[in-house]
Amino acid sequence: MSTSTPVAQTLAQKLIARAAGRENVAVGEIVNCQVDLAMFHDSSGPRRLKPMLEELGAQIWDKSRVVLVMDHYVPERDDESRKIVRIARDWAREQDLPHVYDGQGICHVVVPQHGHIRSGMFCVGGDSHSPTGGAFGAYMFGIGSTEMLGVVVTGEIWLRVPHTLQMHWLGELQKGVTAKDMMLHMIGRFGMNGGQYQAVEFCGPAVKALSMQERMTLSNMSAELGAQVGLIAPDEVTAAWLQAAGAPTPDTSDWHTDEGAALTRHEFDAGTLTPYVAAPHSPANADVVGRYSGTRVDVAYIGACTGAKLDDLRAAAEVLRGQRVAPGVRLMVAPASQKDQAAAREEGVLQVLLDAGAELFPTACGACAGYGETMGDNTTVISSTARNFKGRMGSATAQVYLASPYTVAASALRGVITDPREVLA
Amino acid sequence: MTTHRVWKLGADIDTDVLAPGHAMKHGIDKIATFCLESVRPEFATQVQPGDVIVAGPNFGIGSSREQAAAVLVKLGVVAVIAPSFSGLYFRNAFNVGLLLLTCPDADRLQEAEGITLDTKNLTVISSTGKRLSCEPIPAFLLDMVRSGGLMNQLRIRFGKEPVQ
Ligand code: SF4
Repeated sequence: MSTSTPVAQTLAQKLIARAAGRENVAVGEIVNCQVDLAMFHDSSGPRRLKPMLEELGAQIWDKSRVVLVMDHYVPERDDESRKIVRIARDWAREQDLPHVYDGQGICHVVVPQHGHIRSGMFCVGGDSHSPTGGAFGAYMFGIGSTEMLGVVVTGEIWLRVPHTLQMHWLGELQKGVTAKDMMLHMIGRFGMNGGQYQAVEFCGPAVKALSMQERMTLSNMSAELGAQVGLIAPDEVTAAWLQAAGAPTPDTSDWHTDEGAALTRHEFDAGTLTPYVAAPHSPANADVVGRYSGTRVDVAYIGACTGAKLDDLRAAAEVLRGQRVAPGVRLMVAPASQKDQAAAREEGVLQVLLDAGAELFPTACGACAGYGETMGDNTTVISSTARNFKGRMGSATAQVYLASPYTVAASALRGVITDPREVLA
Repeated sequence: MTTHRVWKLGADIDTDVLAPGHAMKHGIDKIATFCLESVRPEFATQVQPGDVIVAGPNFGIGSSREQAAAVLVKLGVVAVIAPSFSGLYFRNAFNVGLLLLTCPDADRLQEAEGITLDTKNLTVISSTGKRLSCEPIPAFLLDMVRSGGLMNQLRIRFGKEPVQ
């Protein structure tokens, strides 16, 4: 290979090469990258990092590159959660951390909403849904607490340069069909480890047509595909959103996959996609909504980083406007962030949901992972969250179905799992 | 070579099964008592130091919580052998000092049989003498496991004593 010919690289390779200080990187090679941003929350962060840092007698490599979010154990419900949150708050103060968001919402939504994640960056997060950052054209992935400690004291991390699986979505989504349905479809097809810890890249006209928050839903659930990252090449939608979030306007021109780069491409037709539902107890148990329609539900849950952003709340409100949920169904709404909740209030979206009978819960992880109000024995739940593992949302006998906010709202309305297109029509 | 007793598990053992959400507010000792409670309730009380887990594909899918690997270290499990692992779990396991062996033929091993591990050649030897080869592991990760995980390596780097 001549050194003067530029090598065709994937978006993943370009982002990694930049962070590794290299011209280009080859798939399969192990490289060390400089971390631009390390994000962690009350559960994965201070309670684990503080004692380890103290034992090492080490310091945070660069406080300006660290963001701490209290979202898992807030609001505190018992002595243990009070302790965990107290440790986080005390440590943030002690360390004088410049970027702390306490009770502002869920990390994957709050951190980009405050302009911390930008195109071209290399980021790690102490949470498995950290690939959400890929929606902005950042290489971002989740790591455990010990590895986070390594990042926090060195500012570096290793990785194996991944192969890219391109998910190319042609056509246009029908009304009432969303990014969540696209993801459930892909997870159903490839399985929970189908991404094989490689880089997934979402592209094509149907992806470009998505709003920023819908793109975040795609990247977020790359975790359920078992990918390391879920990237979307930034464009004018990204730039406009980041600008509104107070981030400097990114130069998006470099951050795309070159023509001719080696990758595996899968094609999908957005136009024929129907709403999808994943049955208990795996996101990979996904099928068209018709397969499960008529299943009675007790609880409809709109929550989590995956499914309670402003666009998700809007979708639910579109279904529920002027209506009330079926008798006996509990509609629980836990907006993903304070910003989204405030915007939903402003737009009247929140009132629509409340008028429909929704109970409002704190802007935190809440029931998604069994914190906060949890699901009781034998409860059937339809949820806009990302995971329905046995026992995750509470009781091991709870039956959790995953779906888009449209489908969750339509199911709340009828009391049984319902194709939202019937209601929206 | 040391003989290790096999605990055989199915496919898709997720992190919530290894370290349930309801236990996550506690320390590792307490979380360990709930390890695998929903699939093998007797596991946490009956597992012996030196035992190994042999599982189906996709071991460790789900959350980034490294307690899902640390509980196994805590309970004395020395390795997990499976045809595939979640990539995130793979990193966490080595970081906390748990050896993972990616072995396409793991299913040939039986519940409760005694196996030996040739960690130099990354080979599992069954009780009947069958040799199952495992996928290569980067040398720096094997070193990390031998050191007892990343924390021990950092201890050394910062001039402290490694633990155990
Ligand atoms: S909302 Fe759920 S999926 Fe998102 S970070 Fe919190 S626990 Fe994880």
